[in-house]
Formats: sequence, C-alpha cells, structure tokens
Amino acid sequence: MAYSEKVVEHFQKPLNVGSFGSSSDVKDRSDIGVGIVGAPECGDVMQLHIKVDEAGKIEDAKFKCFGCGSAIASSSLATEWIKGRTVDEALAIKNTEIVEELALPPVKIHCSVLAEDSIRTAINDWKKKNGHDVEDDHHHH
Amino acid sequence: MTAQDTTIYFDHASTTPCDQRVVDAMLPYFTSIYGNSSSRNHAYGWEAENGVDTARSQVADLLGAQPKEIIFTSGATESNNIAIKGAARMYAKAPAGSESRGHIITAVHEHKAVIDPCRRLEREGFDVTFLEPGADGIITAQMVKDALRDDTILVSIMWANNELGTINEIPCIGKICKEHGAVFHTDATQWVGKLPTDVEADNIDLLSLSAHKMYGPKGVGALYVRRRRPRVRLQAIQDGGGHERGFRSGTLNVSSIVGLGAACAVAKEEMEAEGKRLSALRDKLENELMSRLEVVEVNGHRDHRLPHMTNISFGFVEGESLMMGIKNIACSSGSACTSASLEPSYVLKALGVGDELAHSSLRLSLGRHTTEAEVDEAIEGIAAAVQHLRAMSPLFDLWKEGVDISKIEWQSH
Repeated sequence: MAYSEKVVEHFQKPLNVGSFGSSSDVKDRSDIGVGIVGAPECGDVMQLHIKVDEAGKIEDAKFKCFGCGSAIASSSLATEWIKGRTVDEALAIKNTEIVEELALPPVKIHCSVLAEDSIRTAINDWKKKNGHDVEDDHHHH
Repeated sequence: MTAQDTTIYFDHASTTPCDQRVVDAMLPYFTSIYGNSSSRNHAYGWEAENGVDTARSQVADLLGAQPKEIIFTSGATESNNIAIKGAARMYAKAPAGSESRGHIITAVHEHKAVIDPCRRLEREGFDVTFLEPGADGIITAQMVKDALRDDTILVSIMWANNELGTINEIPCIGKICKEHGAVFHTDATQWVGKLPTDVEADNIDLLSLSAHKMYGPKGVGALYVRRRRPRVRLQAIQDGGGHERGFRSGTLNVSSIVGLGAACAVAKEEMEAEGKRLSALRDKLENELMSRLEVVEVNGHRDHRLPHMTNISFGFVEGESLMMGIKNIACSSGSACTSASLEPSYVLKALGVGDELAHSSLRLSLGRHTTEAEVDEAIEGIAAAVQHLRAMSPLFDLWKEGVDISKIEWQSH
C-alpha cells in the first residue's frame, strides 16, 4: 500500500515523541493526564501524556506509539493539534478530521479512532485527578 | 526507474526473478515454435511437443522421477487442488453425498492452497485432522503416526514452510504413510530447487511445485503423480481434452513449461553451491541483527530450515511500521496490518509465538542475485529502523522499566 505524503512525513519525523516521565512518575502528578489505549496483541498501543495548566489549557503533549505508520502519524498529529487548546476544545477533535488530514484509507480508520480515544482517555485522567466531572461520550465509530 | 533500481529484494519466498537462461530458453516458443503440442500431424506440433518433452525430463530429473509422472499445471495452487481433491475423491470410502468418506491429515500452518481444499473436502463428508506443530514449527513423523486412523486415505504435509522455512520430517512421514497405505502428498513449492529431492527415497506419492519460486516464470507449475509401487490415481477436477494423462485438460502452456524445465535444469546444477552461499549470508544477517539489538527472536527451528530465509521478530516494534522504515528493502511481515484479514500470521500463531511478537516479525528471503553488500546494507537499515521505532515505542519503555507487558490489562478494540 502506498502511504500519503503526510503519513510518511509524520512517520519519518514524528512530532512530540516522548513522555513526561515513566508510568510511575506520572501516575500521581495532577498536572499530567495519561492515556494509554490499544493492545500489543492487536498490533497498536498509543500512549499520550498531556500537561495541563490550572485553567484547563493543554500546555504540552507527548506521545509514544507501537503501531503501523498510520498509527504513528495519527498520534503525532493528535499531539500537534491539542497543544495550546483547552481540554474541552481538544475533546471536540473527531477521528474523521484526522482521517481527512492524513488521507487515511478505510483499513486505517481504526488508527484515527485510537488517537481520538487516547486524547479522551488522557483528558479524563487529568479531570479525575483534579476532581472534574468526566463525560463519557463516545462520539466516534 | 523501477523498484529494482532503488530497492533491495529480500522476498524470494514470495517470488523470484526469471533467470536470464530461462527467458532465453522460452523466447523461441512465443514467435517461432508456437505450435500446439497436441497437434500430432504437423511439424509445428512436433516441435512444441519436443520442447514439452525436454521440460518434462528436466522436471523429472530434479525430482528423481520418471518424465511420465510429471503433470504440468498453472502453479502449485492448482497442483495442490488436483492432488488433494483428486486423491480424496478417488479413494473415498463412501460415495459423494454421504458422511464418513475417509480421513485426511494435514497441518494448521500449511499454505492456504492446502488448507482450503481440505476445508472443502470436510464439507463433502471427509474428516480432516489439522496437526499442530511444535514451538519449532516442525511436523514430525510421530505426530502423523499418532493421528493415523484405519480410514486415513490421504496425508498432505508441506516440505518446507513458506513463512518460516522450517523443514518437516518428509522422508519419515512418507514412510509411515506408505506402511499405512495412505496416499502421501507434499506441497514442495518452497523446497524444490533449494535442496535435493528424490521421490523414491523420500517416499512421496504426490508433489506440488511452482516455477516462479525457482527463477522460472509465473503461472506454471507441476504435479508429480507416482505411477509405480503404487500407481496413484486421481479424479480430475477439470474436464476437457484429456491432456496430461487426463489429470489436467487444457492446451499446454508450452513457453512457460519450457521455462519451468530450464529453471529445474539450472537449479539442479547450482542449488548446492547457491544454498551454501545463501545460508552464510542469511546467518550473517541474523547474527549481526541479534548482536546489535535486544529482544530479537528467530521464529521456527534454527537448523531444520531452508538455507536462504529467516523469520525474525523484533520485540516492541510493529511489523508494518518496520517495513515502512526500511522501504528500500522488499520483504514480508507477519503483522496484521500487512494482511488483508487484519489478523497476525496464523503460521506464527500456530507456533505459540505471542501475538505481539507475531506483529513484530519480518520474513527475509535471499536469492540467486543477493550480494553481501546488500546484506550489509540491510543490516544497517533494519537496525536503524528498529532503533528509530523503539525510541517511540511505549512497550519498549515498559520493558526497560521491568514491567511484564503480558500482565497489563490492555484496553482492546
């Protein structure tokens, strides 16, 4: 399968690779939200760390990804899009926007779904740590 | 510019280039020697028939068979279908439409071109046992022996596995079948032309092979059908003019058959030296990667396997992304993402390789034109790509932290 130029670009030079510490380091930090979605046996795992200020703005985001090129590109793009947004603005990002931006073929749509899930899971983690209500709206699939 | 100018070809288990000597042998058969080999009453037909006869002898010669025992087909898939369905229906214990028509033994990690004909026979009233290999990927004679029943009519076990290169215990399996009176078929697509074959000493009744895996053209293959001690009979699948002793009707693909014959003649001369050269290169490739990278595993038996290929897993790295990272190397992966089904390789699963390692596997298969410089380049490229991907792999981090990945409750989709 030929990949879109944007997927290749993100794959070769992924943006915001990394983390804000090991899983035990970030577990109790209230300024960090952690989202880990997917499963190794399914061939993709995305890990998103977001650093959120007191006003609910995402100051920084880092990802790690075990997955195909489209999964890596989707998570790289997701970090780029959520940086500087408030958590509510970030929650509004739809997987279909990722599909469109990266020109993902139908068999790779699940990569974009995973990226959207990682955003929501990380934000919910931050909300829980800070006593905010967690919305459980599954608006994809 | 074609892929050949930019990309190293390490996918010879998928297909091989045509050897120039094969092409040279074929060319006259397109424009000058174009007769129908079945035309018995003019020179065009005789010339074409001579070409087919030569090819039949060349194929037989490589297998230790008689020329009359070679049936030309469109490839190994067709050979497997004719052999498996043809033998089962011929030796059935009960007529079509009834149950308990006979027992067939094969294995779970056979090629789909064996598994699917067996599945069809199941629906036609035959019982099929799908043997599971050991962790080394090998089907032993003992496994076959333990599965034999009084009503076993057919055993089909591939010689060498297409994903792993592992070699099953063929001469011994053949012997057991012979003693039991069951017909023994082997899909030898990956084997023939790589290592020596002797259908007599190896106790084989039916053997499938394909030209394009051994530097011949695509779309042609052969089926060996034993004629003596015992004479194996088959019910034909395709009806028509009764070509190929009635086993395979249809005008012969003369130019391709000539190509298959030429490919067999070259293989007979060169396979021993070629195997030695390629196994040294394959070992270098494996050893270098294993010494440079952590958590690298070779799948399948390390010794009982074909000389030119390896199936190797790089932990914490997904296969499709790895292939994307080495896009100047053409190879295959057991990763789900590279398959139409989105399932990881059923062959690796059969070995009990964990799903995540199956997703992380590459099949690298070297060939006649592979150079040491290409192997060196591939080592550098693969090592760099694995390191690039591990730097962004959350699983690699967890492993370094000492977390057991299999104990985590993953949120599966």
